[in-house]
Amino acid sequence: MNHSLLMAILILAPFVGFLINGARYKKHSGNVAGSIATVAVAISFISAILLVVDLISMPAEGRRIAVSFFEWMAIDKFKVNAGFVVDQISAIMILVITGVGTLIHLFSIGYMHHDKGVAKYFAYLNLFIFNMLLLVLGDSLLVMFVGWEGVGLCSYLLIGFWFTDKEKAAAGMKAFITNRIGDAAFLLGMFVLFITFGTLNFSELNALAPTVAESTWLGALTLGTLFLFIGATGKSAQIPLYVWLPDAMAGPTPVSALIHAATMVTAGVYMIVRLNPLFIMAPNTMMVIAIIGAATAVFAATIGITQNDIKKVLAYSTVSQLGYMFLAVGVGAFGAAMFHLMTHAFFKALMFLGSGSVIHGMHEEQDIRKMGGLKKYMPITHITFVMGWLAIIGTPLFSGFFSKDEILAYAFHSPMGSPILWAAGVVGATLTAFYMTRLMALTFWGKSRVSPDVHPHESSAIMTIPLIILAILSVFAGWIGVPHVIGEHLGHMPNFWEHWLHPMISPIPGWTAIDHTTEWVLMGCSVGLATVSAIVAYQFYVKSPETPKKIAESIKPVYNLVNNKYFVDEAYFGGIINPLINLSKNTWYYIDVNFIDKMTFWAGDLVRGMGSFVRSVQTGNMQQYAMYIGIGVVVALSFVIMR
Amino acid sequence: MNTEFITNIGLTHYLVLAALLFVIGMAGVLVRRNVIVLLMSIELMLNSVNLTFVAFSKYLGILDGHIMVFFVMTIAAAEAAVGLALAVSIFKRFNEVNIRFFEHLKG
Repeated sequence: MNHSLLMAILILAPFVGFLINGARYKKHSGNVAGSIATVAVAISFISAILLVVDLISMPAEGRRIAVSFFEWMAIDKFKVNAGFVVDQISAIMILVITGVGTLIHLFSIGYMHHDKGVAKYFAYLNLFIFNMLLLVLGDSLLVMFVGWEGVGLCSYLLIGFWFTDKEKAAAGMKAFITNRIGDAAFLLGMFVLFITFGTLNFSELNALAPTVAESTWLGALTLGTLFLFIGATGKSAQIPLYVWLPDAMAGPTPVSALIHAATMVTAGVYMIVRLNPLFIMAPNTMMVIAIIGAATAVFAATIGITQNDIKKVLAYSTVSQLGYMFLAVGVGAFGAAMFHLMTHAFFKALMFLGSGSVIHGMHEEQDIRKMGGLKKYMPITHITFVMGWLAIIGTPLFSGFFSKDEILAYAFHSPMGSPILWAAGVVGATLTAFYMTRLMALTFWGKSRVSPDVHPHESSAIMTIPLIILAILSVFAGWIGVPHVIGEHLGHMPNFWEHWLHPMISPIPGWTAIDHTTEWVLMGCSVGLATVSAIVAYQFYVKSPETPKKIAESIKPVYNLVNNKYFVDEAYFGGIINPLINLSKNTWYYIDVNFIDKMTFWAGDLVRGMGSFVRSVQTGNMQQYAMYIGIGVVVALSFVIMR
Repeated sequence: MNTEFITNIGLTHYLVLAALLFVIGMAGVLVRRNVIVLLMSIELMLNSVNLTFVAFSKYLGILDGHIMVFFVMTIAAAEAAVGLALAVSIFKRFNEVNIRFFEHLKG
């Protein structure tokens, strides 16, 4: 089939689904709406597969399907086409978005069937997929920005989906506003890049990238990429703009899986990988990205340990894993970042859907202190969750292991990395193993703490089938990117991933091949520490549940600090939001009400006063008018005569 | 005493008379409050103008002034009809024909 037709189907199928469900959102029952939405995304998925198959059949150099539908705008030299590109990077993204998207839509049919606004929910979900496809397929920063804003909107709509609950509506607004801050920086970044390079098209920008690294802080490239990165911190929930993501758990759980784990939050990583020839030439930006990424990975993981809401734990875990991706990007390991992006999309979507299944089976209970021993009630959910757990803690040969260890190896060995970044990554991995094991232990293992009037039950097949598929992917997806050091012991298994992405990724300046012994040692360190920490967590939360309480008691100030998320929200309120509100109030009162308003009133009064003086001439007395006429004639005549 | 001005009636006399009539009429319009008197004063002003026209016509020996006077008389007749009709309606409403009742029409 012809490429532009396929591309149009790929992008527009979810949009048509959105229109159908959106136009009749009060009429459609849950199953009808869900089927329409799922089929729409499935059609997208099939066209994505067809496109990618075509892409694979092309020669490795120049693998690229570009379609330009129309000229969007042309202002002097500034020309933007509604152009879309499938290449090695976006191919991965469209497969993940539509593939995982289809599974999550399927899951949603089961999860949301009792909800009243279910057609509206599916309409939003389809709209999200549409916007996400615009974001990843756009061939210029501006087209990407349309999708970038669109997914932000859908995220807001879906977080606040149950908007009658004020707290949830507020969470939606928080996400929207926080994202807006990042988006402003993203716009600034676009301005800087356009002024510098005169184009916003990705391939043109990448071709124009300088060949010499820019070492100043205020150079155009550093500034532009830094601004873009700030935009990415908003969308991808990094320090300092990560605060919205944990609150975003107010939305329905499949939404958390789709938007806040698998797809939208990875947009920042994707954007940077897209522009990697630019970023790699701005080492200062790269340093900032790596440090922020590593800091976020550790910081969020520590908070994750203390949370008691099953979704909050996963949310902080997502923030932490996104930190890994940024760490990878920051040390120049763009391929590893994309790899982790994909494996994370699988196992985190799996775990979010698993938590959805648990919440569903527990009748809307989210507190893991009130769970425990769910293994025997929910065998399928449990088994699939275990797969996700093994993947995220980096059990060898599971998908998370390959991607995470590749990132750690790069962090250690890359000329842009450092042992400190590596150490932060290992600490993050250790903490991840701890809190994920704690989550498993408190939810599925140990003694049941379920209250007697709740009867947990396994979810229906429509919810467990997506779980099973995602579990299989979580286990095996990593095998397409087996590093050479392990591959050579597995019958010389090639690293498909690296070959695939190779033409799109700029080499790291000064990169030397990593020594195999070093790689084994690094791997051993992270796996060993993660194993120890998982065992400790198992001991704590299954064998002797009293120990963690005692420890928490003994370091109470620290525990409180972490449990309250380091008071970051409070600091933002005290340091930024409230002063800003006060400033606005004062500006309104002193400048608007007391100055501008008064000025306009004063001007009005002046005109009225002058008017009332002139008005006295017009009395309505006809004889007076006649006199005016007479006087006028006399004056005019005398003027003529005297002259 | 120079009697020539009195005995030899010329253009100047007509003009002076017309000016006097016009001023009397205008004073009436400006000062009097009775609508009937006002109308009469207006007639007086119009007729003073007529007089000027005719005088000039005779003096210059052309007929234009005469023709203009016919027009003015027609208009004066029409105006008197309308004005008197208004006066009658005012009188019916207020039992008086004072000009101040017209001021009630002020919007």
